[in-house]
Amino acid sequence: MTRYILKRLVFAVVTLFVIITVVFFLLRLAPGGPFDGERRLPPEIEANLKAAYNLDAPLFLQYGRFMVNLVQGDLGPSFTQKDFDVNALIRAGLPVSLRLGLGALVCALLLGLSIGIVAGLKPGGLLDTLLMAVSNLNIAVPTIVAAPLMVLLFSVTLSWFPGGGADTWWHFVLPALALGLPLSAEIARIMRGGIAETNLEPFVKTAKAKGLKSPRIVFRHLLPAASIPLLSFLGPAMAGLLTGSVVAEQIFDLPGIGRYYVQGALNRDYTLVMGVTIVYSFAILSFNLLVDVAYGLIDPRIRIAQT
Amino acid sequence: MRSSSEQFFKSSPLVVIAAALLLLMITGAVLGPVFSPWDGEAMDFEALEAPPSFSHWFGTDLVGRDLFVRTMQGARVSFLVAFIAVTVSLAIGIPWGAAAGLAGGRVDQLMMRIVDGLYCLPGILIVILLVVLFGRNPYLLFAALGAISWLTIARIVRGQTLRLRNAPFIEAARAMGLSTPYILRKHVIPNVIGPVIVYTTLAIPAVILAESFISFLGLGIAEPQTSWGVLVSDGTAAMESSPWLLVFPALCLGITVWSFNTLGDRLRDHLDRREHIN
Repeated sequence: MTRYILKRLVFAVVTLFVIITVVFFLLRLAPGGPFDGERRLPPEIEANLKAAYNLDAPLFLQYGRFMVNLVQGDLGPSFTQKDFDVNALIRAGLPVSLRLGLGALVCALLLGLSIGIVAGLKPGGLLDTLLMAVSNLNIAVPTIVAAPLMVLLFSVTLSWFPGGGADTWWHFVLPALALGLPLSAEIARIMRGGIAETNLEPFVKTAKAKGLKSPRIVFRHLLPAASIPLLSFLGPAMAGLLTGSVVAEQIFDLPGIGRYYVQGALNRDYTLVMGVTIVYSFAILSFNLLVDVAYGLIDPRIRIAQT
Repeated sequence: MRSSSEQFFKSSPLVVIAAALLLLMITGAVLGPVFSPWDGEAMDFEALEAPPSFSHWFGTDLVGRDLFVRTMQGARVSFLVAFIAVTVSLAIGIPWGAAAGLAGGRVDQLMMRIVDGLYCLPGILIVILLVVLFGRNPYLLFAALGAISWLTIARIVRGQTLRLRNAPFIEAARAMGLSTPYILRKHVIPNVIGPVIVYTTLAIPAVILAESFISFLGLGIAEPQTSWGVLVSDGTAAMESSPWLLVFPALCLGITVWSFNTLGDRLRDHLDRREHIN
């Protein structure tokens, strides 16, 4: 098990390194720079600015310097946000984005698991057909449609929830729902399949024959076995969640780090884009590492094969 | 073959509904702008921000452009996206998966590790970066979307190829000294085409959603061209005063995504069942 985790850890670190390197050179090779505004700066001033931000050095030296700073936890100054370094911007936005992401994940798991279990226990039944129809609708209604409609209905018309800002937990309910609903539908589909299939396995029949109570069968026997396909879906799901959060933060006016990504790329704010990319990649890779470890813990085949 | 497709359409009323809706949407996309008296860019100053009526079926937008024609032009963009991106993803995914499955061993391990690594990345964010950095060229956008959606195809093809690799007829072909490209073309690819069609059907709505997502952020299709993402984004801004601007494009987007998803799901069930019978 330790060797398995170590191997995964090395894989994650290498992936992170590759992502950082690729994005760094992609940003620098693209036409345009942070100082090409509407008004051209006099060449002398531009040269001074570039020297101050270390943009005049050869590309490989810039890369080396960036990596050295990064290892020390310094992401550098922002090129467009006055008086802010990227660390400060991320420190301010990250808690908001984290709360949004976690809220959406919890909402998706709660809804998806319960719908999937109920539907999967009696496949083909009325409840199953109904729940799956709703789930299919949730997949077809993308966040960019669902989110504005939710704002219109719950914030503007009914004023149950605040429309924008991130002052209280109350502000996160709608965004987390909008972001989590499509995900919950996918989870429900996977869970339904897993439960329905596992329900036919001999060990479940044994459990039923022994007269175990059905909640115990569901939670002790069905759920762990049926969760394995779900686990492998959670990695890509996390990536989808991050992508969606960029839009959700915009529609619900949440001051997270997602909006820095698009704005930063448009303004050629190299350090800001790098910073957000690193945070996103780090989040995704650590999440995947957790999923892999959980995989090892739940699935006895992996546990045995690796030791 | 004929009886099989008949069986497929009879398997559920949903299949017929989804296919009919898709046909309607494609017909509208192809013929709608041709037959409508309005032009997508012409402004009707008599009817600014007008609700749906007999002359403007879906109403008009803030500057008096006919929303029906613009929605159908958006449909053209969406179907074009789907076509180009899926072609790109098949062109990368099938050779990659087949090569990995056929090579086996360390090469296979390495190739699938790369796929695993890419699978966990937020592909759309990379597309955003590419589009922002290298200019808003629609074809770059379409190709980039294809380049991030080949992973599932590669996995499926590799799985099927692994299964086929040790099949007797492939062994026979190898024993006869046939070249690997020949075996791939004549024996492997025809055998993996079924699952690939299913996942292509499921990849189309994903790509359409991705394009609308990027256009919604204002990074995809640029005015005066339009797409469903652009229209939904504009509609969102005006939803309190003129909700039809949001409702019609959103409805078309939702219907198309739902139809493709439903067809893909049912097609998968259908193929599974046939495999069981065989």
